[in-house]
Amino acid sequence: MKKKFKILIDGKELSVKHGQTILEVASNNGIYIPTLCNYVNLEPQASCRVCSVKVNGRPMTACTTTVRPKMEIENDTKEMNELRKIIIETMFITGNHFCPSCEKSGNCELQALAYRLKMDVPQFSYSFSNKDIDASNPKLMIDHNRCIKCKRCARGIKTDDGKDIFAFKNRGKKIMISIDNELAKNISDEKAQEAMDICPVGAILKKERGFIDPIGTRKYDNKPIGSDIEKLMEVRS
Amino acid sequence: MGKKITIEPVTRVEGHGKVTIHLDDNNNFKRSRLHIVEFRGFEKFIQGRPYWEAPVTVQRLCGICPVSHHLAAAKAMDVIVGAGTGDGLTPTGEKMRRLMHFGQVFQSHVLHFFHLASPDLLFGIDGDPAIRNVIGIAKMHKELAVQAVMMRKYGQEIIKVTAGKKIHGTGAIPGGINRHLEIHNKISLINGPDPMNIDKMIEWSLGGLDFFKNYHKDHKDVIDNFAAYPSKHLSMVRKDGALDLYHGVLRAIDSEGNKILNDVDTQDYLKHIAEEVRSWSYMKFPYLKKYGPKDGWYRVGPLARLNTVDFIPSPLAQKEFEIFQAYTDGKPNNMSMHYHWARLIEILHCAEMMKELLNDPNLMKGELVTKGKKGNEGIGVLEAPRGTLFHHYKINKDDQITMANLIVSTTNNNIPMNLAVESAAKQFISGQEKIDEGMLNAVEVGIRAYDPCLSCATHAIGKLPLQVKLYDSNNNLLDIKTKD
Repeated sequence: MKKKFKILIDGKELSVKHGQTILEVASNNGIYIPTLCNYVNLEPQASCRVCSVKVNGRPMTACTTTVRPKMEIENDTKEMNELRKIIIETMFITGNHFCPSCEKSGNCELQALAYRLKMDVPQFSYSFSNKDIDASNPKLMIDHNRCIKCKRCARGIKTDDGKDIFAFKNRGKKIMISIDNELAKNISDEKAQEAMDICPVGAILKKERGFIDPIGTRKYDNKPIGSDIEKLMEVRS
Repeated sequence: MGKKITIEPVTRVEGHGKVTIHLDDNNNFKRSRLHIVEFRGFEKFIQGRPYWEAPVTVQRLCGICPVSHHLAAAKAMDVIVGAGTGDGLTPTGEKMRRLMHFGQVFQSHVLHFFHLASPDLLFGIDGDPAIRNVIGIAKMHKELAVQAVMMRKYGQEIIKVTAGKKIHGTGAIPGGINRHLEIHNKISLINGPDPMNIDKMIEWSLGGLDFFKNYHKDHKDVIDNFAAYPSKHLSMVRKDGALDLYHGVLRAIDSEGNKILNDVDTQDYLKHIAEEVRSWSYMKFPYLKKYGPKDGWYRVGPLARLNTVDFIPSPLAQKEFEIFQAYTDGKPNNMSMHYHWARLIEILHCAEMMKELLNDPNLMKGELVTKGKKGNEGIGVLEAPRGTLFHHYKINKDDQITMANLIVSTTNNNIPMNLAVESAAKQFISGQEKIDEGMLNAVEVGIRAYDPCLSCATHAIGKLPLQVKLYDSNNNLLDIKTKD
């Protein structure tokens, strides 16, 4: 049995075990650390940096950093939230995100984080880059205007026999997600919905689903992102 | 040396426009134009987007009556998903949309009559502009102002419970609707504490009509003669000739009341209606094809609707309709200021219909969506507050929109509004030595009767108001009157 030790997150003392990540420990104890590229049952990749926390004064990603004795972690601080907001803003300005006409609105993690972090108007200029929509697949539509390159689809969506449906193509700023149409054309409706759900934004859409979720019933309509985790803390206290 | 007057911007209308009036050396009227100076291009940038997005995206071209665009686009998408051409939805789907639409027309008409138009009636066309506005109404006619605000609020609550939001909701989806009416909303809208209940809305709607009719009695000259001229009228009517704001067939009459477009299928609108482009305005000029661009123009909106329908299918509004019809001995009413009268009768009709629908059990349960064989083209036509609204889309095999054509209510009234400007300019400005603010407002009153939404009409973005410019006969600009 692994020996327990103590760490501090925002001054709160937690009893933890070796091998756990900061994110896991925080989540298990009702402390919300924002994430975007991270997803349940996927190997963390720390690419979006939204989960950055300060560990003994140094910025580290909570999804990949395992706990160590004597860690003092700063999470919900003005400084860290400002830095996270800047990351979110860069995602908005490098893509073309029009929440009012996006069917993922209300279920979108990027939008929900922007609200939670109180993003107003991005402080950077919009790039207004010209991006395509790939609607050639009969089940799925890819709107590259909204993709934040989190790679959750490429890591999490496979055919029943384990083949990748999504992958990255190109390099550098031209990098984009691509779909294997041959594999994807035969996927089930459930798999198509899974692909839409794993996407934190509205870049992957299950065709013809549209605005079927009434306003008021969508994931973040009534409570901010992270409140499900924070509720744990309320229940325990 | 002649003059050109420019009124820019035109105030108390939705959108941005200007009026130019050319006078000769003796200040007599030569020519006038209503220019719409905005452009947005929704028809272009919707291309490439998935078809199911259109009802939510395209409604963004307006903040006053977005539900009209939301529903017209949804009706077009119904055709694409094989849910029929307007009468194939489930009872829940159709009735929820109808309720949404009645709430929309109710609040939009109330906004126009009480907030935008009534200051001209209560303070006079040449009244002090410092008080001739909605703030003046609030200060000097408090009860009326409160009614106006609460009636608009009621209409918007109806929109919220059917579309999810008061402005730019998502209720209507291809083939139906995405929600039922919830019981607590039903109870509160029917029996809420005064004034937020449907019976109070009906009472106030009748009060609004009394207000107009009393004013009319004392000001027949203004109401009957201001910007009055014969015209054709066009609207959608129910197949049996009833007033129907949501679905029906297209009917047009001439100024004598003869049917010149006899109940044609809305899907065939292009066989009968075309649009002309003129260099001086971003707003196009629709016309009936068989009469050509010069003579084929027509009026739409409340006045046109009450001229084309045979009856109104709600008892109190029908009674008022009979009084309205009797005033012109059953002949078409061509008096522009009677748009207000017709609008108030429609407010009452909407209130009555909202009461009927709120009590309808179909809204609480039942299938929400229906779909059939998919097509690649859809047309949705609706009677928006300001008149007949056409949405037409084509899609490709990948579900992306490839073509969109919108003929917006106000666009249909382009020539009529130009004629109203001309008529007011001739009556109030022509031959006058000095042009004052009251005279310019008279021109705006002519435009305002049509409750134009210039943003919609050009699918445009920009500032609200209007401007009048005065030019001499050599086209030198002499004066600009601007209202902010």
